[in-house]
Amino acid sequence: MTLEGLRKLREEKQQALAQRDAGEGSIEVIIGMGTCGIAAGAKETFSAMVDEISRLRLGNVVVKQTGCMGLCASEPSVEVVVPGMPGVVYGKVDAAIGRRIVNSHIVKGELVGEYLFDKPAADIMK
Amino acid sequence: MAYKQYVLVCSGTACESSKSKDLIQNLNDEVRKAGLANDVQVVKTGCFGFCEKGPIVKVLPEETFYVQVKPADAAEIVAEHLVKGRPVSRLLYDAAQSKAHAKLEDIQFYQKQVRIVLRNCGVIDPDSIDEYIARDGYVALEKVLFEMSADDVINELKKSGLRGRGGAGFPTWRKWQFTKDVPGDEKYIMCNADEGDPGAYMDRSTLEGDPHSVLEAMMIAGFTCGSSKGVIYIRAEYPLAIERLNTAIAKAKDYGLMGEKILGTDFSFDIEIRLGAGAFVCGEETALIASTEGGRGMPKPRPPFPAVKGLWNKPTVINNVETWASIPVIIMRGGDWYARIGTETSKGTKVFALTGKINNSGLVEVPMGTTLREIIYGIGGGIKGGKAFKAVQTGGPSGGLIPAQYLDTPIDYENLQKLGSIVGSGGMIVMDEDDCVVDITRFYLDFSVDESCGKCAPCRIGGRTLLNLLDKVANGNGTVADVEQMQTLSHAMQRASLCGLGQTTPNPVLSVIRHFKDELMEHIDHKHCPAGKCKNLVRFTIDPDACIGCTVCARRCPVSCISGERKVVHVIDQSRCVKCGACLEACKFGAVLKS
Repeated sequence: MTLEGLRKLREEKQQALAQRDAGEGSIEVIIGMGTCGIAAGAKETFSAMVDEISRLRLGNVVVKQTGCMGLCASEPSVEVVVPGMPGVVYGKVDAAIGRRIVNSHIVKGELVGEYLFDKPAADIMK
Repeated sequence: MAYKQYVLVCSGTACESSKSKDLIQNLNDEVRKAGLANDVQVVKTGCFGFCEKGPIVKVLPEETFYVQVKPADAAEIVAEHLVKGRPVSRLLYDAAQSKAHAKLEDIQFYQKQVRIVLRNCGVIDPDSIDEYIARDGYVALEKVLFEMSADDVINELKKSGLRGRGGAGFPTWRKWQFTKDVPGDEKYIMCNADEGDPGAYMDRSTLEGDPHSVLEAMMIAGFTCGSSKGVIYIRAEYPLAIERLNTAIAKAKDYGLMGEKILGTDFSFDIEIRLGAGAFVCGEETALIASTEGGRGMPKPRPPFPAVKGLWNKPTVINNVETWASIPVIIMRGGDWYARIGTETSKGTKVFALTGKINNSGLVEVPMGTTLREIIYGIGGGIKGGKAFKAVQTGGPSGGLIPAQYLDTPIDYENLQKLGSIVGSGGMIVMDEDDCVVDITRFYLDFSVDESCGKCAPCRIGGRTLLNLLDKVANGNGTVADVEQMQTLSHAMQRASLCGLGQTTPNPVLSVIRHFKDELMEHIDHKHCPAGKCKNLVRFTIDPDACIGCTVCARRCPVSCISGERKVVHVIDQSRCVKCGACLEACKFGAVLKS
């Protein structure tokens, strides 16, 4: 890749992110899948949420994995970013809670209070 | 439909009893009256852990934190805060007052952190190079290759004040300078990912969550020091980290960001992964090099330092994972930016693995200079089960115990050293009143003795002798002379051991003698373990007046050493008792006594 190629790719990807933040892009579900998260059952949470989303035919939701969120006491942890809503981090999300989050937070826009842990840390990259 | 604001109301048992139910009802009514029903959601949440000030109300996204909110306050919160955007100051939580409170504030696990090393951990998909690039990934490499000279890079590192995060805290720029200044075209860049401290896992998480940041930084070092070959030495017990590193390397090569003539320049760089078998001593740089070369993992005397004569006897820069992950940001934002974070002598942030008797165990990244109290109570949410804090062990088996009176010490390399501990790799194990310092120190010492490579006598023999002496104390046979001998031995080991392992093995012992002399002497003078953890100093007996002969304890005893019939007082056979405490837990009548 050339320098120009790298810069162009970065710009494209950053635009997509900006779109999401402006409330136009898709809903993101980010699941912490470091060793700790996986050990606590993040893989089951992942498949349950993907399954629930496809069952409800929600087209605009992206489920992705990420590394450790650092929340070891409350694994598996899941961040949900709905455009136009503050991003939040849920803790202790097993498969059933994952399905509840899809039905409540993503479909109805209502937070699942008992499992709400915090909002994400300030992002030094922004 | 999406709400713009959330009003979180604690509905834990304590808050529920202080009328949080009515409060929620009133808030909902007021929100509806104000016509905000489509914009604001009132949410019942779990306990915020700050029950004495309940009910607690938190408004998102602005994080306003209200305490002792009464049902009658709902109207004001809605009318003032939600409608007009003016927080109700009389209900606001007074942060200044909170400092005086040793108890728990609200949970602010993320909000008190400054995440530089962990900037992408838990944010990007570690298997996606595109996501890394979108978050300014490889911007630093670009900058270095096209706009900076090797000296510029070293100068930025110097300004940043970055010191090695692996334990010793040696200035990173000086390592790089040494290697750069040695003539020759065959040099190596190494990443030390042999994380071995019990309870520390920040390196694993960084590699699992953001592998490209380490790769990028190693390439920057390659350019700066004139090397084209990098090696990551990682323990084989980290399969997921290895897998993600391999994926990251393959993708970077695919994009032409690693390999021959990177981004069309003359700079070429390749990275290889070497798996370690998990010996603690291989985290020591000369032992790590020996192991990478295929030899037995044993340290060598320094000098020569690896910066001059390292892997295959060539100049080698070795940095730890966390150090590497900090570097792209330093290059991007500049050394001055980084140096504004932290203390006079310790710049930037440090990741700590917070474990033990703590509510929010986890990985936290805070600026250097943050106090232990802030980490343990502010971020960690305090001690489990509301028990009393006893001590925190920083730096794993190479560190020491820090007691409660030093909770307000700002953490940096120098301050922790003054207290007889070290920052180390950043393990932070919290202990409560139920932990015995002698027992814990034995655990660490046992670990270090097991992991000693045996090359030098002070570590091999000294460590074993220290452990024997401590065992003597734990068994109730210790004497005052033993304590003196432990001290003498410790000082000898610190001075005469070949590498950091032996030099720091006595640290836990010395910290107990220094900070917990009373508890240690209690074991010696009265053959009594105040926390009841040293098995040979504990005795379980049954109070004949309280025992009703229900047989529960006898059935629960794993070695069947409790005798007695139904409705007859039971007796524990002391000669066979293994001091497991199962009878104590089982008895519902308080008849089992521990002394």
